[in-house]
Amino acid sequence: MSYANLRTLLPKNDILNFAVLALILVVVLPLSMDLFRLNLIGKYLTYSFVALGLVLCWGYGGILSLGQGVFFGLGGYAMAMFLKIEASSPENTAIQSTPGIPDFMDWNQLTELPWFWQPFHSLTFTVIAIIVIPSIFAYIIGVAMFKRRVGGVYFAIITQAVAAILTILIIGQQGYTGGVNGITDLRTLFGWDIRTNEAKYIFYFLCVFMLFLCLGVAQYVRKSKLGRLLVAMREMEDRVRFSGYDVANFKIFVFCLGSAFAAIGGAMFTLQVGFMSPTFVGIVPSIEMVIFCAVGGRLSIFGAVYGALLVNWAKSTFSESFPELWLFAMGALFIGVVMAFPDGLAGLYSKYGEPHVTRLLDRFTSSKSKTSGDSDLPPEMEAEGGNS
Amino acid sequence: MFADYTTSELMSIFAMQGFSGLILFSVFVLMALGLAIIFGQMGVINMAHGEFMILGAYVTYLTSNVFSEYMPALFGGYFFVAMILAFIAAGALGMLVEWAMIRHLYHRPLDTLLATWGLSLILQQLYRTIFGAREVGVTLPDWLMGSVQITDIIEVPINGIFVMTLAVGISVLIAALMYRSRWGIQVRSVVQNRPMAGAVGINTARVDRLTFGLGCGIAGVAGSAFTMIGSTGPTSGQLYIVDTFLVVVFGGAASLLGTIASAFTISQAQSTMEFFLSGSMAKVLTLLFVVFILMLRPQGLFSLKVRR
Repeated sequence: MSYANLRTLLPKNDILNFAVLALILVVVLPLSMDLFRLNLIGKYLTYSFVALGLVLCWGYGGILSLGQGVFFGLGGYAMAMFLKIEASSPENTAIQSTPGIPDFMDWNQLTELPWFWQPFHSLTFTVIAIIVIPSIFAYIIGVAMFKRRVGGVYFAIITQAVAAILTILIIGQQGYTGGVNGITDLRTLFGWDIRTNEAKYIFYFLCVFMLFLCLGVAQYVRKSKLGRLLVAMREMEDRVRFSGYDVANFKIFVFCLGSAFAAIGGAMFTLQVGFMSPTFVGIVPSIEMVIFCAVGGRLSIFGAVYGALLVNWAKSTFSESFPELWLFAMGALFIGVVMAFPDGLAGLYSKYGEPHVTRLLDRFTSSKSKTSGDSDLPPEMEAEGGNS
Repeated sequence: MFADYTTSELMSIFAMQGFSGLILFSVFVLMALGLAIIFGQMGVINMAHGEFMILGAYVTYLTSNVFSEYMPALFGGYFFVAMILAFIAAGALGMLVEWAMIRHLYHRPLDTLLATWGLSLILQQLYRTIFGAREVGVTLPDWLMGSVQITDIIEVPINGIFVMTLAVGISVLIAALMYRSRWGIQVRSVVQNRPMAGAVGINTARVDRLTFGLGCGIAGVAGSAFTMIGSTGPTSGQLYIVDTFLVVVFGGAASLLGTIASAFTISQAQSTMEFFLSGSMAKVLTLLFVVFILMLRPQGLFSLKVRR
């Protein structure tokens, strides 16, 4: 990869954005907050994985999925199933009528582990399943929808229906899924207690690390040719199709990627919060996830992280002190963001903050970069120069 | 699963479940008609539709209270007054919302979805603040109580028959309004070609507002009917919104006949399966069936063939 190519993938402004986010998440927050608050931040961060996926799907691709909770849930449940099997070893569950199966199965008169729980004895399988199962599910939905050129509003309603179906199924099949309580009482990972303070710190940093990994992938997609095509498809799908691209495949890819992000977020959620339940799968949480993305700015991958943090922080603060007002505030937020600030926080920043920052950056780096690759050409031209 | 029943028992079961399905069908039709007008004709996704319905239900509840308090003699007729008041209240709120919010978002359908979701949250909390979080129910007048015995196994509740009659009546009225009146012609022409409709002198903004108001008003009437078969709480509307959207999409968004046909299919499928499976599995299978059909036929059962 040549220097110019790298510069296209990671412009100066984005380096700054990555650095600021890393500084906040790795240094400022862990130093300034007690463990309880930090754990909450970690929980909020898991939603930013979903919001990140939505930035790519919705902001760039124009595909609004109202069922991201499904993928969040699938990832979270996969992780929870592994931990639950470990937590219900025959020694721990000796008082049950059938020792060695999860407690809720025992309550529902099941006498052996169902077949789809069996592979979750293995951590390797679980880790693969967290990413692969939701992606396959998204692929099936994506192929069925996009190959038949269903999009926009219809796609949103159908993904919403899928979220409703999965929630009803999880609640209805109590013996296999833990029902409305979800999978609770998770204890250890290979004998290592996940409820200690030390474990909470480790999971927080693991979550931040995974988030940066996903941000990196998102940044690559955004700045590569794929990202350009996504935007082109969003703006004028037919023209892209007539130029010879298979529009459906790109949509399926970005939808699967978004769902894989959401699933990683779900798994991180289970690890940090210690349970998983259908309340994070259904229609209401799925739409809330869209608002995290909308508040942060639907076109900004960093905005998604800040949006998820800010909305969730506001939610906890508000509902602690004024539970009555929270729904009003949330509703006003939805309406306000859509009507007044369609580009969210990131839009405000790029309008009012970024020009100053860019000027400062340029002044700071102009002395050395004038000669290298920092020409006056817009980024598109630079990209072509780099490729040839 | 049929082996345990005799043929005559099966027939009765199907008849009974079919009839309780018809009540579900009536609520679906009333809710979906309003949504079909708003979504099918205007392309606006109104996620607050359930809350407009619940507004109608609360208006009915208040009216019944007023009647039993001040004019107990006329209590038997409160429902008709309540229905008209519910239509006016929901319709007026709908027109206000259209003026304040929706008209700025016509070219961004996905954003109307988010904005109306926000509206639905606000309305829910408003209901909770005013009417309390507990569910309220109305007392049915005497002439709606009881049931009609048809054979010794099959019996049919009277309020169900009434709700059904109401649904059929309103459907006919809407169809007449859309396909026989001058205003209906205006609505359909605005849908088909907005600039041309404007050019021939139709006030498109006014048509939009009235259409949205009408859709919401019908939701209010649906809420009135809803009080007869269930109790009303601040979040009752949200439970129905996804089902209703599926009914509309499944039927083919722009077709009123399709909406009715799909409401019938979905409610009958669900109600018949409910007898043999658990309620949640019946719902899952119904929704899966609808999603599966939509994957095969994305334009819905009945679709308008329009060249665009």
